[in-house]
Amino acid sequence: MSDALTPTVDDKKRRFLLGAASVVGGVGVVAAATPFVMSFWPSARARAAGAPVEVDLTKIEPGQLITVEWRGQVCWALNRTPAMMATLPKLDSRLADPNSNNSIQPADCKNEHRSSKPEMWIAVGICTHLGCSPTFRPDVAPPDLGADWLGGFFCPCHQSKFDLAGRVYRGVPAPTNLVVPPHRYVSDTKVVIGLSQEGKS
Amino acid sequence: MEKLLNWIDARFPLTPLWESQWGKYIAPKNFNFWYYFGSLAALVLVMQIVTGIFLTMSYKPDAAKAFGSVEYIMRDVEWGWLIRYMHSTGASMFFVVVYLHMFRGLMYGSYRKPRELVWIFGCLIYLALMGEAFFGYLLPWGQMSYWGAQVIVNLFSTVPFIGEGLGVWIRGDYTISDATLNRFFAFHVIALPLVLIGLVAAHLMALHEVGSSNPDGIEIKKQPKDAKTGLPLDGIYSHPYYTIKDLVGVVVFLFVFSIIMFFMPEMGGYFLEANNFIPADPLKTPEHIAPVWYFTPYYAILRAVPSFLNSQFWGVLAMGASVVLFFFLPWLDRGAVKSIRYRGTLYKAWLAAFVISFLILGYLGVVPVTVWGQFPDGWPLVGGADKATVLARVLTVVYFLFFVLMPWYTARDKTKPVPERVR
Repeated sequence: MSDALTPTVDDKKRRFLLGAASVVGGVGVVAAATPFVMSFWPSARARAAGAPVEVDLTKIEPGQLITVEWRGQVCWALNRTPAMMATLPKLDSRLADPNSNNSIQPADCKNEHRSSKPEMWIAVGICTHLGCSPTFRPDVAPPDLGADWLGGFFCPCHQSKFDLAGRVYRGVPAPTNLVVPPHRYVSDTKVVIGLSQEGKS
Repeated sequence: MEKLLNWIDARFPLTPLWESQWGKYIAPKNFNFWYYFGSLAALVLVMQIVTGIFLTMSYKPDAAKAFGSVEYIMRDVEWGWLIRYMHSTGASMFFVVVYLHMFRGLMYGSYRKPRELVWIFGCLIYLALMGEAFFGYLLPWGQMSYWGAQVIVNLFSTVPFIGEGLGVWIRGDYTISDATLNRFFAFHVIALPLVLIGLVAAHLMALHEVGSSNPDGIEIKKQPKDAKTGLPLDGIYSHPYYTIKDLVGVVVFLFVFSIIMFFMPEMGGYFLEANNFIPADPLKTPEHIAPVWYFTPYYAILRAVPSFLNSQFWGVLAMGASVVLFFFLPWLDRGAVKSIRYRGTLYKAWLAAFVISFLILGYLGVVPVTVWGQFPDGWPLVGGADKATVLARVLTVVYFLFFVLMPWYTARDKTKPVPERVR
């Protein structure tokens, strides 16, 4: 006997409604979180500041390294002497990735000298380990780096070593070669860092 | 006065709150030296909050102005130097007391059933504190602030697949920049302090719910009650007894604190690093990057793990695991007794090995890995490797074995019988 004064509770229906309300509420919470999570991405201003930079290469003497800033990162242009170029083939056995198979560079820089113009090397001067900036050590066989040092880059933070094409030595913390950023020669002596061969920035 | 109290109590449980949390809280009567550090940690927390509020009144979270504004606080703001030194000394002393407080927990088995949640809230406080210290360290915008943050944020960039995007997302730029400084400031002054205060409240409420342990690891709540007082035989009221005892600790602590703050606030470069007196320069990495002393054991573990399968994520994973493992202690420990007083030699030896590893790793995290030179080339296994790196690897293994082997050695340990009453 049922009457209006002793209502029966439909537990199944209640659980369904509770579940449905929770799901809809959960979707709302995720949606509300979106603006906060997205606000963490670089702002339009930071993205604009990350625009490509043009570098004039005429003033770099052979053997000289210049530093420019791209996206707030250290970028190098190194004009290698023939003597420096001659060290590159001698090192293969001591390098972790001599052919740059696991490293980041534009396709036309995936070679022994890691550059599109053999002697002119462009790279991001940031260690692939934890982001310190390695020191340029072109001196051969200095006392602190050993008699078999042929010149290259040495990271002061965790002692990673790279050769003069930014290729990483075996047995150091850095896992891959230094990054060669996308860059394009707009003339013989001018390069734009941050612009790919196809012209995309 | 009593009328006012009655009026409040009818509307808000002020008296019950005071009595349950401290006034009528019954604690074991045998707390020793090691039980000072909980209340001292609370004292430092209050000090950091108060000095921090006053520092924000003169500090500018702006990459172009931050370094200058800290110098302004040090030189031009009336008494600003003292407020800042209280805050910077407080940061290091916070970790000193927290490490000693945690070591007390390890010695006396304070994390054991039924205090698992007290321990877990404590571990969360430790994590929040590490975050707080890390975010705060960027704010002076010196060279070490900048490059330290660079290294730590890049830890996240090593996460497979999503790492690179994650790094940009955390920084809000392609490099550590003004955007990063601003958000770290927000975390340091509002987000994490709120979390910390909430966690401290949970830590204390959980403790006062289950009751304190003690150097003997005896549950006083299970003892028969004293016929006259109705208290457990070995229990006393925290107030006034431990109020007075903790005040003695506070006075001694403030002596030590003042000596450091007035005579050696930089602590030879360990509390305030020399490189941090140079403004941040994104184009020039300092010769030697080392975190502040309280992070160095973990930093040494990070450096000790070699890159594997072209990824340095393993080092990051090991560093994370070395902190996270603390959470599992209540379930890893299968000893028949809680306190080190009744443990056998096996546990004592492992705890000693752990503490020694932690301290030496702490030292190794400060120095460059080349500090002792390399092993001669001809040697098997270690030939040509840095001596410091090899030692760090051995100690990292010891550090992890302390946790991983704990179920085995605590169960196998020859324990002594625990007495009925505390000593």
